[in-house]
Amino acid sequence: MTMLPEKTDKKLGLVIDLDICVGCHACVTSCKEWNTSGYSAPLTDFNPYGADPHGTWLNRVHTYEAGEGHDGRTVHFPRSCLHCEEPACVTVCPTGASYKREEDGIVLVNPDTCIGCKLCSWACPYGAREYDYAEGVMKKCTLCVDRIYNETIPKEDRIPACVRACPTSARHFGDLGDPKSDVSKLVAKREGYDLMPEMGYKPVNKYLPPRPARDGRATTDTPTRPNAQQGKEPSSGTTSTADKFFAWADTVLSR
Amino acid sequence: MHPAYSVILFTTASGAGYGLLALGSLLALLGVIQPERWLGFALFGIAFALITLGLLSSTFHLGRPERAWRAFSQWRTSWLSREGIIAAFTYAPAGLFAFGWVIFGNISPPWNLAGWITCICAIVTVWCTGMIYASLKTIPNWHHPLIAPLYLLLAIASGSVLLNMVLHLFRQPAEIAGYIAIVSLTAGCLVKLLYWRSIDGAPGTHTAEQATGLGTIGKVRPLEPPHAQPNYVMREMGFAVARKHAVRLRLLAVLFGFTLPIATTVLVLTLNASVGLSILGSVTAFTSMAIGMVIERWLFFAEARHVVTLYYGAQTV
Ligand code: SF4
Ligand code: SF4
Ligand code: SF4
Repeated sequence: MTMLPEKTDKKLGLVIDLDICVGCHACVTSCKEWNTSGYSAPLTDFNPYGADPHGTWLNRVHTYEAGEGHDGRTVHFPRSCLHCEEPACVTVCPTGASYKREEDGIVLVNPDTCIGCKLCSWACPYGAREYDYAEGVMKKCTLCVDRIYNETIPKEDRIPACVRACPTSARHFGDLGDPKSDVSKLVAKREGYDLMPEMGYKPVNKYLPPRPARDGRATTDTPTRPNAQQGKEPSSGTTSTADKFFAWADTVLSR
Repeated sequence: MHPAYSVILFTTASGAGYGLLALGSLLALLGVIQPERWLGFALFGIAFALITLGLLSSTFHLGRPERAWRAFSQWRTSWLSREGIIAAFTYAPAGLFAFGWVIFGNISPPWNLAGWITCICAIVTVWCTGMIYASLKTIPNWHHPLIAPLYLLLAIASGSVLLNMVLHLFRQPAEIAGYIAIVSLTAGCLVKLLYWRSIDGAPGTHTAEQATGLGTIGKVRPLEPPHAQPNYVMREMGFAVARKHAVRLRLLAVLFGFTLPIATTVLVLTLNASVGLSILGSVTAFTSMAIGMVIERWLFFAEARHVVTLYYGAQTV
């Protein structure tokens, strides 16, 4: 049913920390590995070892450069379905194959009723839906619905495969509708943000911004070289013994 | 957006078919066209053929055509579903009206009721087609107030050029159809030019910085792509036509789609030409318009840019 639930009991989603993601693509491969035999199975690949390999993947990691020179950063940027609260990908679907679950807010595609019209992928601003050319149906991140409630696997594995695989803990999973949850607190503390908020889709997944660079210019608690101290001229090549002494004394005393 | 031939054929052919259905029924109901049997046969035959060809070709676009019937279920939210339902329903009143006209030579009550319903359904179907595109916020070129009116106007224009041709072929008075063709083509051309002006003048409001949220650091540009070869998203949404090709194609669309059909229709109307020449003129007008509409529709897709391209190097959309 493509009518959106008025509200969902939970807002399950991911929080992705752009400060510590190292762009290793472990979440990408583990997502593929789990889901190619999970709810969305199979995730078909074409020509995997040929010149033009392509296939269906539910999670992708981009790498961007942002800013210039000293302030420039390299940012690894994982991108998967954000399980939006107002997802037009669901409302445009003519068959009801796309739907948003009332109990937890997960957005899913029913592979048995999807006709492969692709309109939902046009309606998604985030490129989160990938059509499976072999199966003729749309695939997308399931938030690992077949893991998180799965009582046949060990408790510590009942989180999305991408979260479980991340070696740096850059991905977090939880209920973003509950302000007391760990993920909500993390988002509040780190000022997590929405992608393209102007689209009005109200993504549930949040991104944590890279922290500002830590160096002499950005922070004040790093040791500074004596001759770079306030009010002092940079030392020239002809430093007097007295200057050297004061510099030495300064360093010792300020320890 | 990737210009899929099945969707180009669907929107142009079924647009012309519904335009012909609406105008042919309307002019007959108003007494402008006589419900002559073979004329009716040809009119409905061509309209049904174009509509059916369009609908079939749109199902070729589906990954699972055998499940197409499921698309009738979500009319409460989906314009595609609404379009499917009304498109399929239109066959019923149109079939009835055609039956009365062709078999009994009768379009007076109660047959006329079917005629009016046909007319309304044909128009609503085309409007729904336009709304499928106009409702997508992700493609600013389509999320534009002129898109649905343009779809309707171009369907009426192509329907009237087609009607004009059929009337000439059946040696029926075609003046009114000719006038409607000239007016709707002119209006269609003006609105299309206005639309192009509007999208060319609108600077992209979505940026790579908003898409990634990294604008606080500075300008954002891709360093490493997420995949070595284009994935589905890039194949479907990443299509871009070179600016200079687009300009040339726009010229061709205006020339074939509007200028030539208007000119030939005006000539046929004013020159009081012989039957043979009038037929030649109206057939030329239709052929030229068909070419123009296909170019116009190809551009409609090829020029449309999707916000997801912001993740793949586009600076603004
Ligand atoms: S990210 Fe895209 S596919 Fe996922 S819910 Fe939002 S609009 Fe739909
Ligand atoms: S591709 Fe499938 S899920 Fe997407 S809109 Fe079409 S029917 Fe719905
Ligand atoms: S939640 Fe599951 S399906 Fe979604 S990106 Fe992570 S591993 Fe893939």
